[in-house]
Amino acid sequence: MQGRLDTYIETVQSANSLDELQGRIKDLRNVFDVEHVVYHSINSLGQQYASHTYTPEWETYYFAENFERIDPVVQGCLRRFHPVDWRRLDWSGKAARDFLGEAVDAGVGHQGFSVPIRGPSGQFALFTISDRRSDAVWEKYTEAHVRDVILAAHFINQKALEIERGSDEADVAKLSPREVDALTMLAMGYNRAQASESLSISEHTLRVYIESARSKLGAANTTHAIAKALTLGLVIV
Amino acid sequence: MLRYIYGDELHSFPKLRDTMFRDRAWQFKERLNWEVKIDAHGFERDSYDDMNPLYAIWEKADGRHGGSMRFLPTTAETMVNDHFLDLTDGVPIQSPFIWECTRFCLSENAEARVSAMLMLAALEVGLNFHLTDLVGVFDARMVRIYRRLGWEPTVLGTQGEGRDAISVGLWDCAADLRGNLLSRAGVSAEVAQHWFDRTFGRAASPAPLALVG
Repeated sequence: MQGRLDTYIETVQSANSLDELQGRIKDLRNVFDVEHVVYHSINSLGQQYASHTYTPEWETYYFAENFERIDPVVQGCLRRFHPVDWRRLDWSGKAARDFLGEAVDAGVGHQGFSVPIRGPSGQFALFTISDRRSDAVWEKYTEAHVRDVILAAHFINQKALEIERGSDEADVAKLSPREVDALTMLAMGYNRAQASESLSISEHTLRVYIESARSKLGAANTTHAIAKALTLGLVIV
Repeated sequence: MLRYIYGDELHSFPKLRDTMFRDRAWQFKERLNWEVKIDAHGFERDSYDDMNPLYAIWEKADGRHGGSMRFLPTTAETMVNDHFLDLTDGVPIQSPFIWECTRFCLSENAEARVSAMLMLAALEVGLNFHLTDLVGVFDARMVRIYRRLGWEPTVLGTQGEGRDAISVGLWDCAADLRGNLLSRAGVSAEVAQHWFDRTFGRAASPAPLALVG
């Protein structure tokens, strides 16, 4: 999975239109080996963008019935920022159970994991994977892959925001000098102990600076972050 | 008991909410003399309280605030990134795996175990939500407390000196810290889990398995 997600993130870097990204988001179904993937974003102006693998019929029906008002996933994630396994949501009400019955009939998995994202300036997005694995299998699955799901959710969100802004230059330019220093040391082949010593910071601090840079660059991992920083000319060795 | 409450649900706990914001006024303004604003109600509230943060609050037996802290994701605006960049080497700390934890507050005459309870809450949040680290702002008197609890932050930077020092630090979220914090807080793993699940739900099958087909 880790390798597959890394490759995925590297290929999706080049997506430069929201239409193209829409298709790439659907590819995550194969990357994660799940039945469905959903990404839905609402910016501070209320503009929405969505991509999902459900049937168009279910989408139409869902909005016609205003299911977002009873959908425990929407109710449990809106205005929140902690990731949630659907099994932890409140499905006890009759409306919620009836809704789930219809959803499952329409091909939605009865299992799911959702990652609400709070972005800058009031942006909000929700990324979900859903599947039909049994409880026991799903538990093992999420334990093994939760980090990747969170990583993918934020990567897609960042990519969508970049495309919306029209350029990724603005954000990339925001790498601070210290983050550039940290990536430069690693690009030069120093290990973390040597890099942190050279920069007179602890290894813990170095790890967090690198993670911060990775996140800003929308990179899958440290190696990828270094490669991207080199390509963009942010790091020169 | 420990409660985990998002800002938009504080209205369901008016006594807890009001005593928390008043205790914050006492701690941050009167005791520490930080540059914080106190409103007409005597509350210390800032713009980050308006961003619907997640609070971990120790509720005393009488329903009043015993101690609290505030969490925000670093993918959106945070206090550290907006106001303390000079203490983080100029690095805006931003990651889906790092949340900000600020406004660590203890009520006047709080029992000794309340600080352990709050740090336990921070660790529960970190472990359950797959965080690698928490980043936070803290005052000099906290250094000794964190050390005593066995969960010391890595200090990124400090301004001021002695009792007036304010630092930004990183807490590594590691599962092996839990046992020690549980015992210092004087609470069992089961009860701590129960408090957490009461807000965030217990893992249960969402529907009758018949639906699976």
